[in-house]
Amino acid sequence: MTLDVAWAVRWMRDTATMIVSARDELTELDRQIGDGDHGENLNRGFQAVVAKLDGLEAEPAQIGDVLKLVATTLMSSVGGASGPLYGTAFLRAAKVTGLAELDSSAVVALLEGALEGITARGKAAPGEKTMVDAWQPAVDAAVAAADSGAAPVGVLEAALAAAEAGALATVPLVATKGRASYLGERSIGHQDPGATSTVVILRAAVAAATAPGE
Amino acid sequence: MKKLLNDPQDAVTESLDGFELAHADLVEVHRAPLYVSRAGGAVPGKVGLVSGGGAGHEPLHAGFVGAGMLDAAVPGAVFTSPTPDQIVPAILGADSGAGVLAIVKNYTGDVLNFETALELVEAEGTQAASILVNDDVAVEDSLYTAGRRGVAGTVAVEKIAGAAADRGDDLGKVTEIAGRVVANVRSMGVALSACTVPHVGKPSFDLGDDEIEIGIGIHGEPGRHRIPLASADEITGMLVDAVAEDLRLEGGERVLLFVNGMGGTPQSELYVVYRQARRLLEARGVAVTRSLVGNYVTSLEMQGASVTVLRLDDELTALWDAPVHTAALRW
Repeated sequence: MTLDVAWAVRWMRDTATMIVSARDELTELDRQIGDGDHGENLNRGFQAVVAKLDGLEAEPAQIGDVLKLVATTLMSSVGGASGPLYGTAFLRAAKVTGLAELDSSAVVALLEGALEGITARGKAAPGEKTMVDAWQPAVDAAVAAADSGAAPVGVLEAALAAAEAGALATVPLVATKGRASYLGERSIGHQDPGATSTVVILRAAVAAATAPGE
Repeated sequence: MKKLLNDPQDAVTESLDGFELAHADLVEVHRAPLYVSRAGGAVPGKVGLVSGGGAGHEPLHAGFVGAGMLDAAVPGAVFTSPTPDQIVPAILGADSGAGVLAIVKNYTGDVLNFETALELVEAEGTQAASILVNDDVAVEDSLYTAGRRGVAGTVAVEKIAGAAADRGDDLGKVTEIAGRVVANVRSMGVALSACTVPHVGKPSFDLGDDEIEIGIGIHGEPGRHRIPLASADEITGMLVDAVAEDLRLEGGERVLLFVNGMGGTPQSELYVVYRQARRLLEARGVAVTRSLVGNYVTSLEMQGASVTVLRLDDELTALWDAPVHTAALRW
């Protein structure tokens, strides 16, 4: 399946659906080491994205247009730290704008853009128990997959698998950025909510690329 | 959980509806996007003061909008920072040409959203500065945390910076005064119970009947450690010692002592805490020359309190004493 504008729209709609299912899990993870609103905030954001997409008179012309719409919507509706972080991620990811269809290296560029946006805004590095711990391995795996000749969907699948492993690997970490850092050692033993929602977003990207959708 | 709610999703806006009706002489509530400004708009020639943060801390921040304090307050969802599209019009509306100081509590979400908003207003030619409040001594300020949180000391920053703006200080001077308050104010809090965010519906953390949480923030997040319930004097001692030591208070110094309730502790218990806090400070040779006791920076219905100490000099004292007329603070 080609990764075109229709895929980008499906990706966002699938993310909204999957966030609804993951809302309680995300909230519970955030309740343990944050303040228990991550699921609710992302749900509000992606429902707003769906409403914006529904309200469009015509399909967006380019993938970058979809990602920019998502960026501005998340920035203005999510709040908290995740609003600016995911908002900036999608804004930088939108630099692939102008392409009708993503090839493997464009998928890598999209994911790299997202990671750059998150680190520029949040200034977190890998190992600090944040969403970077899912994004960084996802980008690394995507680069490796593209280098070894994987198709665009294969690049996304590699990124997802690495993000899942990265999110799980946040469990034993001590948080040193974000609200969980106030807990110090008490943050050990809990999976980071932001890394977990990153997995949901990438899972939706793969689902939108492998299932026919509506 | 029992709460006076209609649809939990409407809790913040319905509360602000009532706030506006009750205080129409002081404030105006803007709805799309949501922010609260001083009735009558920006004061000509005066530096504008804007603050904001998640709802659930009332009367912070909207309760401090008015003469001698804030020009605008930007509420987010409960315990969630507001977004740049709300903060930008609040700042632009507060700017009479003298520039705007944003007072930001040091939480990652607040910092990121205000940072983004400040970049946007500066791009539009507004002169804006920001000050980070980080008075919570419970958090180690190190490379290993997001830094100390901004908690009850925010009231002192908003009051004193507000008075400085009112007397005609320029943006640089107001920012410097606000920075002096931040440098000299410390807080430490304790929770006897967690709180319940309306749309979440269950307590933000689990705390046993006989346990208390020392070093809590104001967003219902857990604190640094948990101990068995102790007497009011013992708990007050832990809070005052932590604050006094961090401030390196010495005999002969003058301070403002502020005992803040977290929302679910009666005023009478806050005075029990105040009594012991004052004794302990005086035992250190510190003179408590100004006081404030009450629920000003809350965490919904959380039971608990925090002790805030601000080291005073003549100028900060005069600015604290200057007239203020807001919904929650007036003299």
